[in-house]
Amino acid sequence: MKGWRELEIGAITEAGSADNYNTGSWRAFRPQWIEENCIQCLFCWIYCPDSAITVKDGKRGEFDYNHCKGCGICAKECPGKKGKKAIVMVEEGK
Amino acid sequence: MGKRIAITGNFAIAEAMRQINPDVCAAYPITPSTQIMEKFSTFVADGKVDTELVTVESEHSAMSACIGASAAGGRVMTATSSQGLALMWEMLHIASGMRLPVVMTLVNRALSAPINIHGDHSDGMGARDCGWIQLWSENAQEAYDNLIQAIRIAEHDDIRLPAMVCMDGFIISHSIESMEMLPDDVVRDFIGEFKPKHPLLDIENPVTYGPLVLPDYFMEFKRQQHEAMLHVKDVVLEVAKEFQKISGRSYGLFETYRLEDAELAIVVLNSAAGTCKDVIDEYRDKGVRVGLLKPRLFRPFPYEEVAEALSGAKVIAVLDRAESFGGFGPMFMEISAAMLTNGSKPLMINKIYGLGGRDFMPEHAAVVIDEMKEVAETGKVKILKDYLGVRE
Ligand code: SF4
Ligand code: SF4
Repeated sequence: MKGWRELEIGAITEAGSADNYNTGSWRAFRPQWIEENCIQCLFCWIYCPDSAITVKDGKRGEFDYNHCKGCGICAKECPGKKGKKAIVMVEEGK
Repeated sequence: MGKRIAITGNFAIAEAMRQINPDVCAAYPITPSTQIMEKFSTFVADGKVDTELVTVESEHSAMSACIGASAAGGRVMTATSSQGLALMWEMLHIASGMRLPVVMTLVNRALSAPINIHGDHSDGMGARDCGWIQLWSENAQEAYDNLIQAIRIAEHDDIRLPAMVCMDGFIISHSIESMEMLPDDVVRDFIGEFKPKHPLLDIENPVTYGPLVLPDYFMEFKRQQHEAMLHVKDVVLEVAKEFQKISGRSYGLFETYRLEDAELAIVVLNSAAGTCKDVIDEYRDKGVRVGLLKPRLFRPFPYEEVAEALSGAKVIAVLDRAESFGGFGPMFMEISAAMLTNGSKPLMINKIYGLGGRDFMPEHAAVVIDEMKEVAETGKVKILKDYLGVRE
């Protein structure tokens, strides 16, 4: 491990280093994507505080469960299709 | 050469800020520092500076915006007082922990309750352990000079720490004094260009500011901050030497007044030092060997140098314009610690004075010197810590 003389001052580190740590195990509730109700509005992607919604070619993909904390914001914001949510929260371990 | 002008402490600071021309200022008004930003905002409106002035909704936000702007790569300044500094408290630690050289003027004012808008040092002393460099100023000239030097000190490569320049609320901030202002170009050349380290706006080289650091690395970063503080004394002296060349005014880590052969020594910060010097002259005329030490750099505190300067004194009276309830005044604690470093064992007394802007009068200084004389003659301290100028 590095000593204080070797470290960059002020704890300034590489960008996006949160990617190196799997913090998804903190989750108590898991968001589940119900693809047939999804209208691809990407609200979930905008609102997710942990960048845990993967998007490829402008289309929503699976959750990044290594980083999703299960806060439920995406489920709350998801408009879904005709009143049917495209994200529901399920208790972990169930 | 500079221009001699009549100016208040607040306007002197505003003028220094105009000459420094920082990239960003984020501030929220609070008495007695309000006029600084009021005046500075007219410079912004009139196009006399290139500064982005961010008017925020609180001092907490002011310091937060300063931190963001400094991390983005700007030269950043602000000003506050009292409750304003108290509200900034958690952000003060973040500025120093991220090693951002933000420079702030603190116009010293009492802390509530009861509410009071006048000058004492409770605010600055409360921020003693926030990791900021502190320079204290007796008058408008010193505040102006200190602010310009603070930019160089804070931004120095060996340091990279935020700095605050303190001056007494109302007594200095609102009183008109004669002062010498340097030419704009001389100040600009003196401070030079700000070279940020890892600016967030350098999008080619993205970095993270403020990551989570757990027990495995936290102490190493605190040790770095301590190391930076160890370099401050040298840099303060180096910058002072250069400043003398452009101004003719000399600065050190502290100022001494008729201290060389003094048996009795007063230690006091800021404006009250001026009053003490006059009274010291009167006592010197009567043959009393009394002198004064006025700290300039309070954080980091120059223990060895102060102890050396005070080593000839038999009795030291430390005057504190701030309370540590149930403890000694903050300056007394520093001077006691300093005297331990060189083994000279003077008799010491601590006087709490001037809280909430209570006037410090020449007769108060005389009371202190008379008491020191008695202590020197009897070899006994009657009351170690006491209040000065309080009604029974
Ligand atoms: S539950 Fe929270 S963290 Fe997880 S994907 Fe939804 S918004 Fe993001
Ligand atoms: S918010 Fe709901 S509907 Fe919109 S993209 Fe996300 S999952 Fe699909």
